[in-house]
Amino acid sequence: MTSTAAPAARRGWRAPLPSLGLLPFLIYLTIFLVVPTLTVLVGAVHDDDGFSLARIRALGDGPARDALRASVELSTASALLGAFLGAVLAWLIVASPATSALRRVVLAACGVLAQFGGVTLAFAWVATLGFGGLVTTAIADVFGGQPDGVPWLYELPGLVLVYTYFQIPLMVIVFLPALEGLQPQWREAARTLGATGRQYWWHVGIPLLRPAFLGATLLLFANAFAAYATAAALVSQGAPITPLLIRSALTSEIVLGQADFGYALALEMVVVVAVVMAAYSWLLKRTSRWLT
Amino acid sequence: MADVTARLVRWVLLAAFAAFFLVPLIALADFSTKKPAGGRSGAAWHALISDPTLTAAVRVSVTLAILTALGMLLLLVPTMVWVRLRVPRARRLIELLCLLPLTIPALVLVVGLDNVYAWVDYLFGDSPYGLTFVYVVLVLPFSYRALDAALSAIDVRTLAEAARSLGAGWPTVILRVVLPNIRTGVASAAFVTVALVLGEYTVSSLLHYDTLPVVIVLLGKADAAESTAAALASLLAAAALLVLLSLLDRRRRAPGRTSR
Repeated sequence: MTSTAAPAARRGWRAPLPSLGLLPFLIYLTIFLVVPTLTVLVGAVHDDDGFSLARIRALGDGPARDALRASVELSTASALLGAFLGAVLAWLIVASPATSALRRVVLAACGVLAQFGGVTLAFAWVATLGFGGLVTTAIADVFGGQPDGVPWLYELPGLVLVYTYFQIPLMVIVFLPALEGLQPQWREAARTLGATGRQYWWHVGIPLLRPAFLGATLLLFANAFAAYATAAALVSQGAPITPLLIRSALTSEIVLGQADFGYALALEMVVVVAVVMAAYSWLLKRTSRWLT
Repeated sequence: MADVTARLVRWVLLAAFAAFFLVPLIALADFSTKKPAGGRSGAAWHALISDPTLTAAVRVSVTLAILTALGMLLLLVPTMVWVRLRVPRARRLIELLCLLPLTIPALVLVVGLDNVYAWVDYLFGDSPYGLTFVYVVLVLPFSYRALDAALSAIDVRTLAEAARSLGAGWPTVILRVVLPNIRTGVASAAFVTVALVLGEYTVSSLLHYDTLPVVIVLLGKADAAESTAAALASLLAAAALLVLLSLLDRRRRAPGRTSR
Protein backbone atom coordinates (compact mmCIF):
# COMPACT_ATOMS: atom_id res chain seq x y z
CA MET A 1 0.00 0.00 0.00
CA THR A 2 1.64 3.21 -1.16
CA SER A 3 0.89 6.59 0.35
CA THR A 4 -0.75 7.79 -2.86
CA ALA A 5 -3.34 5.04 -2.77
CA ALA A 6 -4.78 6.08 0.59
CA PRO A 7 -6.30 9.44 -0.50
CA ALA A 8 -7.65 7.77 -3.62
CA ALA A 9 -9.47 5.26 -1.46
CA ARG A 10 -10.93 8.07 0.60
CA ARG A 11 -12.38 9.70 -2.48
CA GLY A 12 -14.65 6.75 -3.03
CA TRP A 13 -12.55 4.57 -5.28
CA ARG A 14 -12.48 1.25 -3.53
CA ALA A 15 -9.09 -0.36 -3.58
CA PRO A 16 -9.41 -4.14 -3.59
CA LEU A 17 -6.22 -4.32 -1.56
CA PRO A 18 -7.59 -3.86 2.00
CA SER A 19 -9.95 -6.81 1.54
CA LEU A 20 -6.99 -8.96 0.60
CA GLY A 21 -5.79 -8.57 4.19
CA LEU A 22 -8.62 -10.83 5.27
CA LEU A 23 -7.55 -13.64 2.95
CA PRO A 24 -5.37 -15.58 5.44
CA PHE A 25 -8.25 -15.69 7.93
CA LEU A 26 -10.82 -16.64 5.31
CA ILE A 27 -8.62 -19.34 3.79
CA TYR A 28 -7.88 -20.79 7.22
CA LEU A 29 -11.54 -20.97 8.16
CA THR A 30 -12.42 -22.41 4.78
CA ILE A 31 -9.97 -25.26 5.29
CA PHE A 32 -10.66 -26.05 8.92
CA LEU A 33 -14.33 -25.08 9.33
CA VAL A 34 -16.12 -24.90 5.98
CA VAL A 35 -14.50 -27.92 4.32
CA PRO A 36 -15.21 -30.30 7.25
CA THR A 37 -18.81 -29.07 7.43
CA LEU A 38 -19.28 -29.51 3.68
CA THR A 39 -17.65 -32.95 3.91
CA VAL A 40 -20.32 -33.92 6.43
CA LEU A 41 -23.08 -32.49 4.27
CA VAL A 42 -21.87 -34.17 1.08
CA GLY A 43 -21.08 -37.44 2.85
CA ALA A 44 -24.58 -37.57 4.29
CA VAL A 45 -26.29 -37.49 0.89
CA HIS A 46 -23.92 -39.85 -0.92
CA ASP A 47 -23.13 -43.48 -1.01
CA ASP A 48 -20.52 -45.35 -3.02
CA ASP A 49 -22.43 -44.83 -6.26
CA GLY A 50 -23.13 -41.11 -5.97
CA PHE A 51 -26.07 -39.08 -4.74
CA SER A 52 -28.36 -41.05 -2.48
CA LEU A 53 -30.65 -40.40 0.42
CA ALA A 54 -30.11 -43.87 1.87
CA ARG A 55 -28.00 -42.62 4.79
CA ILE A 56 -30.50 -39.88 5.63
CA ARG A 57 -33.30 -42.42 5.48
CA ALA A 58 -31.37 -44.71 7.81
CA LEU A 59 -31.59 -41.98 10.47
CA GLY A 60 -35.28 -42.81 10.77
CA ASP A 61 -34.98 -46.37 11.97
CA GLY A 62 -33.43 -48.56 14.61
CA PRO A 63 -30.56 -47.38 16.77
CA ALA A 64 -30.33 -43.92 15.16
CA ARG A 65 -33.96 -43.12 15.92
CA ASP A 66 -33.73 -44.42 19.48
CA ALA A 67 -30.52 -42.46 20.05
CA LEU A 68 -32.09 -39.27 18.72
CA ARG A 69 -35.12 -39.71 20.94
CA ALA A 70 -32.91 -40.31 23.98
CA SER A 71 -30.75 -37.31 23.06
CA VAL A 72 -33.78 -35.06 22.78
CA GLU A 73 -35.12 -36.36 26.10
CA LEU A 74 -31.76 -35.85 27.79
CA SER A 75 -31.34 -32.36 26.34
CA THR A 76 -34.91 -31.33 27.19
CA ALA A 77 -34.78 -32.67 30.74
CA SER A 78 -31.38 -31.20 31.55
CA ALA A 79 -32.26 -27.89 29.85
CA LEU A 80 -35.51 -27.52 31.81
CA LEU A 81 -33.94 -28.54 35.11
CA GLY A 82 -30.87 -26.40 34.44
CA ALA A 83 -32.92 -23.39 33.35
CA PHE A 84 -35.26 -23.51 36.33
CA LEU A 85 -32.60 -24.16 38.98
CA GLY A 86 -30.13 -21.80 37.29
CA ALA A 87 -32.73 -19.03 37.27
CA VAL A 88 -33.32 -19.60 40.99
CA LEU A 89 -29.57 -19.45 41.69
CA ALA A 90 -29.20 -16.32 39.57
CA TRP A 91 -32.10 -14.74 41.46
CA LEU A 92 -30.45 -15.64 44.77
CA ILE A 93 -27.17 -13.95 43.90
CA VAL A 94 -28.57 -10.94 42.04
CA ALA A 95 -29.86 -9.62 45.38
CA SER A 96 -26.31 -9.22 46.67
CA PRO A 97 -24.20 -6.36 45.28
CA ALA A 98 -21.97 -6.95 42.24
CA THR A 99 -18.83 -6.66 44.33
CA SER A 100 -19.90 -9.05 47.09
CA ALA A 101 -17.77 -12.10 47.74
CA LEU A 102 -20.76 -14.43 47.37
CA ARG A 103 -21.55 -13.21 43.89
CA ARG A 104 -17.93 -13.29 42.73
CA VAL A 105 -17.35 -16.81 44.01
CA VAL A 106 -20.57 -18.15 42.49
CA LEU A 107 -19.86 -16.51 39.13
CA ALA A 108 -16.25 -17.74 39.04
CA ALA A 109 -17.35 -21.27 39.90
CA CYS A 110 -20.08 -21.10 37.26
CA GLY A 111 -17.56 -19.98 34.64
CA VAL A 112 -15.34 -22.95 35.36
CA LEU A 113 -18.06 -25.60 35.67
CA ALA A 114 -20.08 -24.45 32.65
CA GLN A 115 -17.25 -24.63 30.17
CA PHE A 116 -14.32 -26.59 31.49
CA GLY A 117 -15.97 -29.55 33.19
CA GLY A 118 -15.55 -32.13 30.45
CA VAL A 119 -14.42 -35.54 31.58
CA THR A 120 -13.76 -34.34 35.13
CA LEU A 121 -17.50 -34.14 35.79
CA ALA A 122 -18.01 -37.76 34.81
CA PHE A 123 -15.33 -38.78 37.28
CA ALA A 124 -16.76 -36.51 39.96
CA TRP A 125 -20.17 -38.18 39.78
CA VAL A 126 -18.71 -41.66 39.66
CA ALA A 127 -16.74 -40.76 42.79
CA THR A 128 -20.00 -39.54 44.35
CA LEU A 129 -22.61 -42.10 43.35
CA GLY A 130 -20.58 -44.91 41.80
CA PHE A 131 -19.20 -48.03 43.47
CA GLY A 132 -17.60 -47.03 46.79
CA GLY A 133 -18.46 -43.40 46.13
CA LEU A 134 -18.74 -40.75 48.82
CA VAL A 135 -22.54 -40.55 48.97
CA THR A 136 -22.99 -44.25 48.23
CA THR A 137 -20.78 -45.20 51.15
CA ALA A 138 -22.48 -42.70 53.44
CA ILE A 139 -25.90 -44.12 52.57
CA ALA A 140 -24.65 -47.69 53.04
CA ASP A 141 -23.24 -46.73 56.45
CA VAL A 142 -26.49 -45.19 57.61
CA PHE A 143 -29.06 -47.53 56.10
CA GLY A 144 -26.97 -50.66 55.81
CA GLY A 145 -26.36 -52.55 52.59
CA GLN A 146 -23.50 -52.55 50.14
CA PRO A 147 -21.93 -49.40 48.63
CA ASP A 148 -22.50 -50.69 45.09
CA GLY A 149 -23.49 -47.33 43.70
CA VAL A 150 -26.70 -46.38 41.95
CA PRO A 151 -27.30 -48.49 38.83
CA TRP A 152 -28.90 -45.67 36.84
CA LEU A 153 -25.78 -43.47 36.95
CA TYR A 154 -24.53 -44.87 33.64
CA GLU A 155 -27.93 -44.62 31.96
CA LEU A 156 -30.15 -41.76 30.85
CA PRO A 157 -31.19 -40.57 34.35
CA GLY A 158 -27.51 -40.43 35.35
CA LEU A 159 -26.69 -38.40 32.27
CA VAL A 160 -29.52 -35.97 33.09
CA LEU A 161 -28.09 -35.50 36.60
CA VAL A 162 -24.52 -35.01 35.38
CA TYR A 163 -25.59 -32.67 32.56
CA THR A 164 -27.67 -30.60 34.96
CA TYR A 165 -24.47 -30.08 36.93
CA PHE A 166 -23.00 -28.06 34.06
CA GLN A 167 -26.32 -26.65 32.77
CA ILE A 168 -27.14 -24.73 35.97
CA PRO A 169 -23.86 -22.73 35.85
CA LEU A 170 -24.39 -21.93 32.17
CA MET A 171 -27.93 -20.73 32.96
CA VAL A 172 -26.59 -18.45 35.70
CA ILE A 173 -24.08 -16.90 33.28
CA VAL A 174 -26.62 -16.41 30.50
CA PHE A 175 -29.60 -15.36 32.62
CA LEU A 176 -27.92 -13.05 35.14
CA PRO A 177 -27.63 -10.10 32.71
CA ALA A 178 -31.39 -10.27 32.03
CA LEU A 179 -32.17 -10.28 35.76
CA GLU A 180 -29.81 -7.35 36.27
CA GLY A 181 -31.65 -5.54 33.49
CA LEU A 182 -34.85 -5.39 35.53
CA GLN A 183 -34.89 -1.76 36.59
CA PRO A 184 -35.70 -1.09 40.26
CA GLN A 185 -37.81 1.85 39.04
CA TRP A 186 -40.28 -0.57 37.44
CA ARG A 187 -40.78 -2.27 40.73
CA GLU A 188 -41.19 1.06 42.50
CA ALA A 189 -43.64 2.21 39.85
CA ALA A 190 -45.71 -0.96 40.29
CA ARG A 191 -45.65 -0.54 44.04
CA THR A 192 -46.71 3.11 43.82
CA LEU A 193 -49.70 1.99 41.79
CA GLY A 194 -50.58 -0.39 44.58
CA ALA A 195 -49.22 -3.69 43.27
CA THR A 196 -48.15 -6.39 45.70
CA GLY A 197 -44.84 -8.19 45.23
CA ARG A 198 -46.63 -11.12 43.66
CA GLN A 199 -48.56 -8.90 41.28
CA TYR A 200 -45.32 -7.17 40.24
CA TRP A 201 -43.71 -10.47 39.33
CA TRP A 202 -46.83 -11.85 37.66
CA HIS A 203 -47.62 -8.80 35.50
CA VAL A 204 -44.22 -7.13 35.04
CA GLY A 205 -41.20 -9.19 36.03
CA ILE A 206 -42.04 -12.57 34.54
CA PRO A 207 -43.44 -11.26 31.22
CA LEU A 208 -40.27 -9.19 30.79
CA LEU A 209 -37.98 -12.10 31.58
CA ARG A 210 -39.92 -14.70 29.61
CA PRO A 211 -38.09 -14.30 26.26
CA ALA A 212 -34.72 -14.32 28.02
CA PHE A 213 -35.69 -17.43 29.97
CA LEU A 214 -36.95 -19.26 26.89
CA GLY A 215 -33.89 -18.23 24.92
CA ALA A 216 -31.54 -19.43 27.63
CA THR A 217 -33.44 -22.73 27.81
CA LEU A 218 -32.91 -23.20 24.08
CA LEU A 219 -29.21 -22.44 24.48
CA LEU A 220 -29.01 -25.05 27.23
CA PHE A 221 -30.79 -27.55 25.00
CA ALA A 222 -28.24 -27.00 22.21
CA ASN A 223 -25.44 -27.19 24.74
CA ALA A 224 -26.62 -30.57 26.01
CA PHE A 225 -27.38 -31.89 22.54
CA ALA A 226 -23.86 -31.10 21.30
CA ALA A 227 -22.04 -32.21 24.47
CA TYR A 228 -19.83 -35.24 24.09
CA ALA A 229 -16.91 -35.47 26.53
CA THR A 230 -18.84 -36.02 29.76
CA ALA A 231 -21.14 -38.64 28.27
CA ALA A 232 -18.27 -40.42 26.52
CA ALA A 233 -16.28 -40.63 29.75
CA LEU A 234 -19.29 -41.84 31.74
CA VAL A 235 -20.72 -44.36 29.26
CA SER A 236 -17.81 -46.33 27.88
CA GLN A 237 -19.86 -48.96 26.09
CA GLY A 238 -22.99 -48.77 24.03
CA ALA A 239 -24.49 -45.72 22.39
CA PRO A 240 -27.70 -44.58 24.06
CA ILE A 241 -27.51 -41.02 22.66
CA THR A 242 -26.66 -39.53 19.26
CA PRO A 243 -23.16 -38.19 20.13
CA LEU A 244 -22.16 -41.63 21.41
CA LEU A 245 -23.66 -43.26 18.32
CA ILE A 246 -21.38 -41.02 16.26
CA ARG A 247 -18.48 -42.32 18.34
CA SER A 248 -19.50 -45.90 17.57
CA ALA A 249 -19.80 -45.06 13.88
CA LEU A 250 -16.32 -43.50 13.87
CA THR A 251 -14.52 -46.16 15.88
CA SER A 252 -16.42 -49.24 14.82
CA GLU A 253 -14.27 -51.60 12.81
CA ILE A 254 -16.76 -54.42 12.79
CA VAL A 255 -19.42 -53.14 10.44
CA LEU A 256 -18.00 -51.73 7.23
CA GLY A 257 -19.71 -48.57 6.05
CA GLN A 258 -20.53 -47.52 9.61
CA ALA A 259 -18.08 -44.63 9.38
CA ASP A 260 -20.05 -43.21 6.48
CA PHE A 261 -23.24 -43.35 8.49
CA GLY A 262 -21.45 -40.95 10.86
CA TYR A 263 -21.87 -38.24 8.21
CA ALA A 264 -25.66 -38.53 8.35
CA LEU A 265 -25.65 -38.55 12.16
CA ALA A 266 -23.37 -35.51 12.23
CA LEU A 267 -25.63 -33.69 9.78
CA GLU A 268 -28.63 -34.49 11.96
CA MET A 269 -26.78 -33.00 14.92
CA VAL A 270 -25.81 -29.81 13.07
CA VAL A 271 -29.37 -29.31 11.85
CA VAL A 272 -30.87 -29.70 15.33
CA VAL A 273 -28.29 -27.39 16.94
CA ALA A 274 -28.55 -24.80 14.15
CA VAL A 275 -32.37 -24.64 14.32
CA VAL A 276 -32.30 -24.29 18.11
CA MET A 277 -29.56 -21.65 18.01
CA ALA A 278 -31.46 -19.67 15.35
CA ALA A 279 -34.52 -19.62 17.60
CA TYR A 280 -32.25 -18.56 20.46
CA SER A 281 -30.82 -15.57 18.64
CA TRP A 282 -34.31 -14.53 17.53
CA LEU A 283 -35.45 -14.54 21.17
CA LEU A 284 -32.27 -12.71 22.19
CA LYS A 285 -33.20 -9.85 19.87
CA ARG A 286 -36.64 -9.62 21.48
CA THR A 287 -35.07 -9.59 24.93
CA SER A 288 -32.63 -6.82 24.19
CA ARG A 289 -35.52 -4.50 23.34
CA TRP A 290 -36.21 -4.11 27.07
CA LEU A 291 -33.41 -5.60 29.10
CA THR A 292 -30.03 -4.36 28.07
CA MET B 1 -41.45 -11.80 60.29
CA ALA B 2 -41.88 -12.24 56.55
CA ASP B 3 -38.45 -10.71 56.12
CA VAL B 4 -36.85 -13.29 58.41
CA THR B 5 -38.57 -16.12 56.55
CA ALA B 6 -37.39 -14.74 53.22
CA ARG B 7 -33.81 -14.56 54.44
CA LEU B 8 -34.01 -18.04 55.87
CA VAL B 9 -35.36 -19.43 52.58
CA ARG B 10 -32.58 -17.63 50.73
CA TRP B 11 -29.83 -19.15 52.83
CA VAL B 12 -31.36 -22.63 52.82
CA LEU B 13 -31.53 -22.52 49.02
CA LEU B 14 -27.96 -21.23 48.75
CA ALA B 15 -26.78 -24.01 51.06
CA ALA B 16 -28.60 -26.60 48.94
CA PHE B 17 -26.91 -25.30 45.79
CA ALA B 18 -23.54 -25.26 47.52
CA ALA B 19 -24.01 -28.88 48.58
CA PHE B 20 -25.06 -29.97 45.09
CA PHE B 21 -21.98 -28.39 43.53
CA LEU B 22 -19.42 -29.14 46.22
CA VAL B 23 -20.22 -32.76 47.10
CA PRO B 24 -19.04 -34.22 43.74
CA LEU B 25 -15.82 -32.20 43.95
CA ILE B 26 -15.23 -33.29 47.54
CA ALA B 27 -15.93 -36.85 46.42
CA LEU B 28 -13.21 -36.47 43.76
CA ALA B 29 -10.70 -35.28 46.35
CA ASP B 30 -11.79 -38.04 48.72
CA PHE B 31 -11.51 -40.76 46.09
CA SER B 32 -8.09 -39.61 44.91
CA THR B 33 -6.56 -39.89 48.38
CA LYS B 34 -8.19 -43.18 49.37
CA LYS B 35 -6.16 -46.35 49.71
CA PRO B 36 -7.89 -49.58 48.60
CA ALA B 37 -7.13 -51.15 51.99
CA GLY B 38 -8.39 -48.10 53.88
CA GLY B 39 -6.58 -45.02 55.14
CA ARG B 40 -5.22 -42.06 53.21
CA SER B 41 -2.40 -41.70 50.75
CA GLY B 42 -1.03 -39.00 48.49
CA ALA B 43 0.37 -41.55 46.05
CA ALA B 44 -2.15 -40.72 43.32
CA TRP B 45 -1.26 -37.04 43.49
CA HIS B 46 2.44 -37.82 43.47
CA ALA B 47 1.89 -39.91 40.35
CA LEU B 48 0.84 -36.73 38.53
CA ILE B 49 4.49 -35.70 38.42
CA SER B 50 6.11 -39.14 38.46
CA ASP B 51 4.00 -41.41 36.24
CA PRO B 52 5.57 -41.16 32.75
CA THR B 53 2.21 -41.73 31.00
CA LEU B 54 0.68 -38.78 32.80
CA THR B 55 3.65 -36.44 32.53
CA ALA B 56 3.87 -37.15 28.79
CA ALA B 57 0.16 -36.35 28.44
CA VAL B 58 0.54 -33.16 30.47
CA ARG B 59 3.43 -32.11 28.23
CA VAL B 60 1.38 -32.75 25.08
CA SER B 61 -1.64 -30.84 26.40
CA VAL B 62 0.38 -27.86 27.67
CA THR B 63 2.34 -27.60 24.42
CA LEU B 64 -0.90 -27.81 22.44
CA ALA B 65 -2.44 -25.10 24.62
CA ILE B 66 0.50 -22.74 24.00
CA LEU B 67 0.61 -23.48 20.26
CA THR B 68 -3.14 -22.94 19.97
CA ALA B 69 -2.98 -19.65 21.88
CA LEU B 70 -0.17 -18.41 19.61
CA GLY B 71 -1.93 -19.59 16.46
CA MET B 72 -5.20 -18.00 17.55
CA LEU B 73 -3.53 -14.64 18.24
CA LEU B 74 -1.58 -14.76 14.98
CA LEU B 75 -4.76 -15.40 13.02
CA LEU B 76 -7.22 -13.24 14.91
CA VAL B 77 -5.41 -10.08 16.08
CA PRO B 78 -4.16 -8.85 12.68
CA THR B 79 -7.47 -9.76 11.05
CA MET B 80 -9.61 -8.01 13.65
CA VAL B 81 -7.43 -4.89 13.69
CA TRP B 82 -7.39 -4.83 9.91
CA VAL B 83 -11.18 -5.12 9.75
CA ARG B 84 -11.62 -2.16 12.08
CA LEU B 85 -9.12 -0.02 10.21
CA ARG B 86 -9.63 -0.79 6.57
CA VAL B 87 -12.59 -3.09 5.90
CA PRO B 88 -15.30 -2.19 8.44
CA ARG B 89 -18.02 -3.57 6.19
CA ALA B 90 -16.57 -7.07 6.72
CA ARG B 91 -17.05 -6.87 10.48
CA ARG B 92 -20.35 -8.74 10.56
CA LEU B 93 -18.93 -11.47 8.34
CA ILE B 94 -15.87 -12.00 10.54
CA GLU B 95 -18.01 -12.03 13.68
CA LEU B 96 -20.39 -14.55 12.13
CA LEU B 97 -17.51 -16.81 11.10
CA CYS B 98 -15.91 -16.60 14.54
CA LEU B 99 -19.15 -17.49 16.31
CA LEU B 100 -20.00 -20.29 13.86
CA PRO B 101 -18.15 -22.99 15.85
CA LEU B 102 -20.82 -22.54 18.55
CA THR B 103 -23.36 -23.90 16.09
CA ILE B 104 -21.14 -26.57 14.57
CA PRO B 105 -20.23 -28.90 17.43
CA ALA B 106 -16.67 -30.19 17.71
CA LEU B 107 -18.02 -33.68 17.21
CA VAL B 108 -19.36 -32.73 13.78
CA LEU B 109 -16.04 -31.17 12.80
CA VAL B 110 -14.24 -34.40 13.71
CA VAL B 111 -16.52 -36.40 11.46
CA GLY B 112 -15.67 -34.15 8.51
CA LEU B 113 -11.98 -33.72 9.25
CA ASP B 114 -10.67 -36.88 7.52
CA ASN B 115 -9.65 -35.25 4.26
CA VAL B 116 -8.22 -32.13 5.83
CA TYR B 117 -6.20 -34.10 8.37
CA ALA B 118 -4.87 -36.45 5.71
CA TRP B 119 -3.20 -33.32 4.31
CA VAL B 120 -2.12 -31.97 7.68
CA ASP B 121 -0.47 -35.28 8.53
CA TYR B 122 1.12 -35.40 5.10
CA LEU B 123 2.52 -31.87 5.34
CA PHE B 124 3.47 -31.69 9.02
CA GLY B 125 3.89 -35.33 9.97
CA ASP B 126 1.52 -37.35 12.14
CA SER B 127 1.84 -35.82 15.60
CA PRO B 128 -0.61 -34.64 18.28
CA TYR B 129 0.51 -31.08 17.64
CA GLY B 130 -1.39 -31.15 14.36
CA LEU B 131 -4.48 -30.77 16.55
CA THR B 132 -3.49 -27.11 16.92
CA PHE B 133 -5.15 -26.28 13.60
CA VAL B 134 -8.62 -27.47 14.56
CA TYR B 135 -8.25 -26.21 18.16
CA VAL B 136 -7.75 -22.67 16.84
CA VAL B 137 -11.18 -22.98 15.22
CA LEU B 138 -12.79 -24.39 18.38
CA VAL B 139 -11.59 -21.49 20.57
CA LEU B 140 -12.54 -18.75 18.08
CA PRO B 141 -15.92 -17.78 19.62
CA PHE B 142 -14.41 -17.28 23.06
CA SER B 143 -11.23 -15.50 22.00
CA TYR B 144 -13.15 -13.36 19.51
CA ARG B 145 -15.34 -11.98 22.30
CA ALA B 146 -12.35 -11.20 24.52
CA LEU B 147 -10.46 -9.42 21.74
CA ASP B 148 -13.55 -7.63 20.47
CA ALA B 149 -14.25 -6.18 23.93
CA ALA B 150 -10.65 -4.95 24.20
CA LEU B 151 -10.67 -3.41 20.72
CA SER B 152 -14.00 -1.68 21.36
CA ALA B 153 -12.51 -0.01 24.44
CA ILE B 154 -9.82 1.85 22.48
CA ASP B 155 -9.93 4.10 19.45
CA VAL B 156 -8.04 1.90 17.01
CA ARG B 157 -8.52 4.22 14.05
CA THR B 158 -7.07 7.32 15.72
CA LEU B 159 -4.15 5.38 17.14
CA ALA B 160 -3.38 3.89 13.74
CA GLU B 161 -3.73 7.20 11.91
CA ALA B 162 -1.40 8.87 14.39
CA ALA B 163 1.16 6.13 13.97
CA ARG B 164 0.79 6.11 10.20
CA SER B 165 1.24 9.88 9.96
CA LEU B 166 4.48 9.50 11.88
CA GLY B 167 5.67 7.08 9.23
CA ALA B 168 4.93 3.71 10.82
CA GLY B 169 4.27 0.77 8.51
CA TRP B 170 1.31 -1.57 9.06
CA PRO B 171 3.31 -4.23 10.94
CA THR B 172 4.53 -1.51 13.33
CA VAL B 173 1.00 -0.20 13.77
CA ILE B 174 -0.33 -3.63 14.72
CA LEU B 175 2.60 -4.89 16.78
CA ARG B 176 3.85 -1.77 18.53
CA VAL B 177 0.83 0.54 18.69
CA VAL B 178 -2.41 -1.49 18.82
CA LEU B 179 -1.17 -4.67 20.51
CA PRO B 180 0.17 -2.97 23.68
CA ASN B 181 -3.18 -1.22 24.08
CA ILE B 182 -5.24 -4.42 24.00
CA ARG B 183 -2.90 -6.58 26.05
CA THR B 184 -5.51 -7.49 28.68
CA GLY B 185 -7.85 -8.61 25.91
CA VAL B 186 -5.01 -10.62 24.40
CA ALA B 187 -4.28 -12.15 27.79
CA SER B 188 -7.89 -13.13 28.41
CA ALA B 189 -8.23 -14.63 24.94
CA ALA B 190 -5.04 -16.62 25.54
CA PHE B 191 -6.16 -17.78 29.00
CA VAL B 192 -9.54 -18.98 27.82
CA THR B 193 -7.80 -20.78 24.97
CA VAL B 194 -5.37 -22.51 27.31
CA ALA B 195 -8.16 -23.57 29.68
CA LEU B 196 -10.26 -24.95 26.82
CA VAL B 197 -7.39 -26.84 25.20
CA LEU B 198 -6.26 -28.39 28.50
CA GLY B 199 -9.71 -29.97 28.88
CA GLU B 200 -10.41 -30.82 25.25
CA TYR B 201 -11.49 -34.43 24.87
CA THR B 202 -13.82 -34.76 21.88
CA VAL B 203 -11.40 -34.13 19.02
CA SER B 204 -8.27 -35.61 20.56
CA SER B 205 -9.94 -38.85 21.66
CA LEU B 206 -11.64 -39.44 18.32
CA LEU B 207 -8.45 -38.69 16.36
CA HIS B 208 -6.56 -40.98 18.79
CA TYR B 209 -4.04 -38.61 20.30
CA ASP B 210 -2.99 -38.99 23.92
CA THR B 211 -3.79 -35.60 25.40
CA LEU B 212 -4.35 -35.22 29.14
CA PRO B 213 -8.14 -35.80 29.21
CA VAL B 214 -7.77 -38.83 26.93
CA VAL B 215 -5.15 -40.36 29.20
CA ILE B 216 -7.28 -39.56 32.27
CA VAL B 217 -10.16 -41.57 30.81
CA LEU B 218 -7.85 -44.44 29.79
CA LEU B 219 -6.30 -44.48 33.27
CA GLY B 220 -9.75 -44.53 34.82
CA LYS B 221 -10.01 -48.17 33.86
CA ALA B 222 -6.64 -49.14 35.36
CA ASP B 223 -5.93 -46.82 38.30
CA ALA B 224 -9.06 -45.01 39.47
CA ALA B 225 -7.35 -42.98 42.22
CA GLU B 226 -4.69 -41.65 39.87
CA SER B 227 -7.20 -40.65 37.21
CA THR B 228 -9.46 -38.91 39.75
CA ALA B 229 -6.45 -36.96 41.03
CA ALA B 230 -5.56 -35.93 37.48
CA ALA B 231 -9.18 -35.03 36.70
CA LEU B 232 -9.45 -32.80 39.76
CA ALA B 233 -6.04 -31.26 39.09
CA SER B 234 -7.02 -30.30 35.52
CA LEU B 235 -10.26 -28.69 36.69
CA LEU B 236 -8.36 -26.76 39.38
CA ALA B 237 -5.82 -25.63 36.78
CA ALA B 238 -8.63 -24.23 34.62
CA ALA B 239 -10.15 -22.54 37.68
CA ALA B 240 -6.77 -21.01 38.63
CA LEU B 241 -6.33 -19.65 35.11
CA LEU B 242 -9.75 -18.02 35.15
CA VAL B 243 -9.28 -16.53 38.62
CA LEU B 244 -5.94 -15.10 37.50
CA LEU B 245 -7.74 -13.68 34.50
CA SER B 246 -10.42 -11.95 36.57
CA LEU B 247 -7.71 -10.43 38.79
CA LEU B 248 -6.00 -9.09 35.68
CA ASP B 249 -9.28 -7.73 34.43
CA ARG B 250 -10.06 -6.00 37.70
CA ARG B 251 -6.64 -4.36 37.89
CA ARG B 252 -7.22 -2.84 34.51
CA ARG B 253 -10.58 -1.45 35.50
CA ALA B 254 -9.53 -0.23 38.92
CA PRO B 255 -7.90 3.18 38.38
CA GLY B 256 -10.82 5.15 37.00
CA ARG B 257 -10.63 3.78 33.50
CA THR B 258 -14.03 3.27 32.02
CA SER B 259 -13.98 0.54 29.46
CA ARG B 260 -17.57 -0.48 28.85
